[in-house]
Amino acid sequence: MSISNTPEGTPALSIRSLGKRFGENVAVNGISLDVPAGSFFGLVGPNGAGKTTALSMATGLLRPDAGQVWLNGIDVWAEPLRAKAAMGVLADGVRLFDRLSGRQLVTYAGLLRGMDRDTVKERTDDLLRVLDLEDAGNKLVVDYSAGMSKKIALATALIHSPRVLVLDEPFEAVDPVSAANIRDILADYVSHGGTVIVSSHVMDLVQRMCSHVAVIAGGNLLAVGTVDEVRAGASLEERFVDLVGGRGNNEGLSWLHTS
Amino acid sequence: MVAHLLRLKLALLRNSFRRSPWQLVGVCIGALYGLGVVVLLISGIVYLNELEAGLANQILVAAVSAVTLGWAIIPLVAFGVDLTLDPARFTTFTLPRRKLAAGLLLSGFIGIPGILTLVLFAGQTLAWRQHPGIAATALLGGVLGALMCLALARLTTTSMARLTGSRRFREIAGIVAFIPVILLGPIFATAAQGMDAVFELLPQAVLVLGFSPLGVFAALPGDLAAGQPLLGAARLVLGLVYLVAVIWAWERGLHKSMENPMAPRTSSKAVGMGAFGLFPSTPRGAVAARALTYWLKDPRYAASIVVVPLLPVVIWFAAANTGSPAAMLVLGPLLGILMAFSISADVSYDSTAFSLHVLTGVRGVDDRAGRVLACAVIALPVTLLAAILPPVLLDMGHMLPAILGISLCALLAGLGVSSVASARFTYAVPLPGESPFKTPPGAGARMALVQLATFGIMGLLLIPSLGLLVAQVLTGNQLFGWIALAVGVVEGAVLLVVGIRLGGRWLDARMPELFQNVAMNR
Repeated sequence: MSISNTPEGTPALSIRSLGKRFGENVAVNGISLDVPAGSFFGLVGPNGAGKTTALSMATGLLRPDAGQVWLNGIDVWAEPLRAKAAMGVLADGVRLFDRLSGRQLVTYAGLLRGMDRDTVKERTDDLLRVLDLEDAGNKLVVDYSAGMSKKIALATALIHSPRVLVLDEPFEAVDPVSAANIRDILADYVSHGGTVIVSSHVMDLVQRMCSHVAVIAGGNLLAVGTVDEVRAGASLEERFVDLVGGRGNNEGLSWLHTS
Repeated sequence: MVAHLLRLKLALLRNSFRRSPWQLVGVCIGALYGLGVVVLLISGIVYLNELEAGLANQILVAAVSAVTLGWAIIPLVAFGVDLTLDPARFTTFTLPRRKLAAGLLLSGFIGIPGILTLVLFAGQTLAWRQHPGIAATALLGGVLGALMCLALARLTTTSMARLTGSRRFREIAGIVAFIPVILLGPIFATAAQGMDAVFELLPQAVLVLGFSPLGVFAALPGDLAAGQPLLGAARLVLGLVYLVAVIWAWERGLHKSMENPMAPRTSSKAVGMGAFGLFPSTPRGAVAARALTYWLKDPRYAASIVVVPLLPVVIWFAAANTGSPAAMLVLGPLLGILMAFSISADVSYDSTAFSLHVLTGVRGVDDRAGRVLACAVIALPVTLLAAILPPVLLDMGHMLPAILGISLCALLAGLGVSSVASARFTYAVPLPGESPFKTPPGAGARMALVQLATFGIMGLLLIPSLGLLVAQVLTGNQLFGWIALAVGVVEGAVLLVVGIRLGGRWLDARMPELFQNVAMNR
């Protein structure tokens, strides 16, 4: 993996007053945050918090209404091609070109980024092996299970050895063994200078895996910092519930007691 | 319980309109069209009143049998049964079997095809309006007949689910089922000639159909009209036995499938690198390889290839009927335009998979050129053959240069127009994996507008070379034909390059917006 050659201290991702509304509904409400280079950054929030909208704007899939995004100091919306070359993205809830085989799909992603054939082939073989997709590599993606689709999409995000990885819900529907393998790959990537940004709503996973975390809810940034700073002695899950609120009391269901 | 399921279906239908007003408009247009057809048919039924009772009966039995057969077969190959209330979703509820079956069956009437069939079948009453007793019987027969349609559709789809559940079968059947639709013209033309023979066979056919599940209920009023109430009563009993048997068989199949849910079958066929080995290893080549793979593997594209061999047949019939074989000369330009048009919704067809192009930062011009290249691999040989063969075979060699020029202009300029259109305008198309002939609800107005404009512009661009063809025909001067060839090729090539450049520039500027548009069309 290549070591960042940007000036010391430039954040891997820098977001300023980022906002987006859909009609009356404010999805992201002027968020600002920095993701330090070399960090393993978790983005957590309840369903509908604006995680996917924020990440879409950071990765060039959705034009923001307001605010700016820099990736390694490159303005994502002013120089999209340069910014996109430096990041690998796993988007949530999008289809894949599923009439291709897994091997063809990863090759396609590599060639679209202008890589040469031999490198693409070598890396595709490596990725399929590590992600335990060697046997499935020659089958059509349309016949893959949800977890396998997630893994092949991850491979398309890794093929060009990006400096920043943005992964939206990477562990959804992935089996525990593959999830552990993916975590190892990501940890190794971070230890060699890469930056990973994951969104998730599995707090336990984020607490164990990430060095930094941001909590968003209702389109607002509620807390950001290292995991230890944010959880402030409690578990991340407890802190999250405190911050986000919305816990009901569970006195209402006395009839559910089976005795 | 049954009422509950019906209310659920109604609520689902109502909520689907809330997603977008266009959906409502689309459904309304579909409903109006269906209603128009039904009104037309019912006015035909009214006229049957004037006919002699025996003949009216024969026509009704034959027509009802055909519609019922359609209900039994069409869901298998083309559209699938309406799965708004998918039985599989009820597995975890403890519903009494019979009530679930009754609710699912009757929910078929809450939907455009079901309600229209009911109205149409009940309309049989009008053919017997002078005899209140017989008319009442016709109403009963009509309602029971409509119920039989729904039950048969459920039975065939459930019992064939294992077969139709495989992706390959659905894809192939969906396209094969379309062939008769394209050939409708020639089929009717042939049928019209054999009409007398058909009418002679009608009595025997109706006799058999009247005792089969297809036409048994429709034959009821005829028995009364013929003064045979006992036969009618026997027929009613027979029909009810059929209906109960069909529902019973379906219900059994349904519960067998609900108790042993079928594991989705996956094909184990391995594929190599395919088209990726054919094109250069550049972004442009990769897009071309991917698009060509889709041309061969995605039924939505394969459908436009199937049209290619059928179109000559249709035009040949038209030409034979009008007695001027020269009509075959339109084949080249027509196929050129159609093939070029087939990539005008390319980005819509990609659906959200287009995100890969956005995220990898592929340049717009590479995206455009790759798609054109893949289409040209198939369309260029097809268009050349369609342009060259008819003049040569019809011994009209003097027309060859002009026809070739117009055809190439149609293809090349058309590809240019498509490259611009698909970079800017998206509309709802069948999603990946859906039947290629499914019209997504609510696609109506926007789709019609975009397609009309695209076709219109493609047609206008042919005016220069077409004008030269006319000049050749009027003056008999061969030179005009050669000029048409030169003008057509040059104009087409220039517009192709301009189209790819312009489309590429628009794509560069608006890729995220285009992606958000296709994401809306899910």
